[in-house]
Amino acid sequence: MATDWRPTASIETLRQRARLLAAVRAFFAERGVLEVETPVLGHGGSTDVHLASLSLEATTPAGRERLWLQTSPEFHMKRLLAAGSGPIFQLARSFRDGEVGSRHNIEFTMLEWYRPGFSLDELIEETVALIHQVLGSALGGEAGPLRRRRYRELFREGLGLDPFSVDLAELRRLAGERGGLDMRDAERDGCLDLLMSLAIEPTLGHEGVDVVVDYPASQAALARRHRDPEDGEWVASRFEVYLAGLELANGYDELTEADEQRARFAEDNAVRRRLGLPAVDVDRRLLAALEHGMPAGSGVALGIDRLIQLALGKTSVAEVMAFATPRC
Amino acid sequence: MASYSTNEFKGGLKVMLDGDPCAIVENEFVKPGKGQAFNRVKLRNLITGRVWERTFKSGESLEGADVVDLEMEYLYNDGDMWYFMKTDGSFEQYAVEKKALGDTAKWLKEQVAYTVTLWNDNAISVTPPNFIELEVVETDPGLKGDTAQGGSKPATLSSGAVVRVPLFINQGEVLKVDTRSGEYVSRA
Repeated sequence: MATDWRPTASIETLRQRARLLAAVRAFFAERGVLEVETPVLGHGGSTDVHLASLSLEATTPAGRERLWLQTSPEFHMKRLLAAGSGPIFQLARSFRDGEVGSRHNIEFTMLEWYRPGFSLDELIEETVALIHQVLGSALGGEAGPLRRRRYRELFREGLGLDPFSVDLAELRRLAGERGGLDMRDAERDGCLDLLMSLAIEPTLGHEGVDVVVDYPASQAALARRHRDPEDGEWVASRFEVYLAGLELANGYDELTEADEQRARFAEDNAVRRRLGLPAVDVDRRLLAALEHGMPAGSGVALGIDRLIQLALGKTSVAEVMAFATPRC
Repeated sequence: MASYSTNEFKGGLKVMLDGDPCAIVENEFVKPGKGQAFNRVKLRNLITGRVWERTFKSGESLEGADVVDLEMEYLYNDGDMWYFMKTDGSFEQYAVEKKALGDTAKWLKEQVAYTVTLWNDNAISVTPPNFIELEVVETDPGLKGDTAQGGSKPATLSSGAVVRVPLFINQGEVLKVDTRSGEYVSRA
């Protein structure tokens, strides 16, 4: 069989990709957001239980050390914020082990930016403006109007259940039935994740840009938490942006407290040990930066490969990358 | 038999599911923004032919299925079983049940090679070649001179299949037929 050496994207697509990336840079230049480049390797990695980090051993001035391929440029960028960088953005190569599919690639490009002093609402507005700008630069396409959707409303409307109060046994039964798998010992968030992926995500972003807000507090990751005005339930101060059934971006009202961050790292690693997953080295320098003080504000990570895929009307991220993982 | 984890799933891989051998048709990695990853998998049940859609937690695994495709020549049937012989020179014969034969029953012709799918050495399905040449045993008389115009009529072939053929085709002619679409291709 012939060796498939050819690119997974056509040369014409790569030309269009370069044009869209130039549009992204112009968008931020106009708004006075500084472009930065931070390392792909770090002494710490993401402890997120649902992300598999890749690591390697390198010879450094300190000897043989384990270094982690970053799952997003978040930690380094936060250290820049703490050092007084002001608003920054980056088109960063990021790595997540095992994630390969029509929407995923182990190595991908993350567009991540931070806005000190921005509320979550201001950042949602800017994120949607960027999406419009990129889609507008290709084909004159339009994303349609912005709709804010509350996480619990989506579950109530789509599945007739309240994700915060539904009985766990009932939730497991429903998730198992929907996915055709055994969820009898699944955790609450596992069931909600499955239902979100199978029943809700595909319905989002078909009439415009859907922004999902008020996630369960247990899914806060590195976001602050606040109380839901309806019944005082704790929810995560974060949002996700959907277009054409694709999750495009994940934004946070960023956690700035070092102690809370340290506690969440430790909690993640405890869960990792319980599930038999490898523990990940905690980023001490991020914790030190937070102790020094990081300005309050919001940040967002956007999968730029997916946005380019949509802008160019392609069906997989591989078609907009020079060499997708199976052919790298 | 080895077992395969979700990240090894790819089109064509044969695995066991609910006691039946299945072929993976499609494997899609799904992951909510910040949550647990799943694989949405389409599998074709090799016994019933039905396509199942199942979700697996990423990292879960399935037992491999001992399924092989072999080329075999059709010999004859005794009304109960259909007999095929390996084309590798071993002269080894396999008896196939009507259920496993399925739609291929109408494309059978002696001495033609078929793909017989074996599971644990039992035939579970038979696939005809993409193109086969068969004789017309019954059709309305051909219309003289009508070789270019459209229009078609049914013709019964020696294997029992009925296909639409151009009006100029006569009984006794041998035709080339596409078994996937069941359509007439040309005179043989």
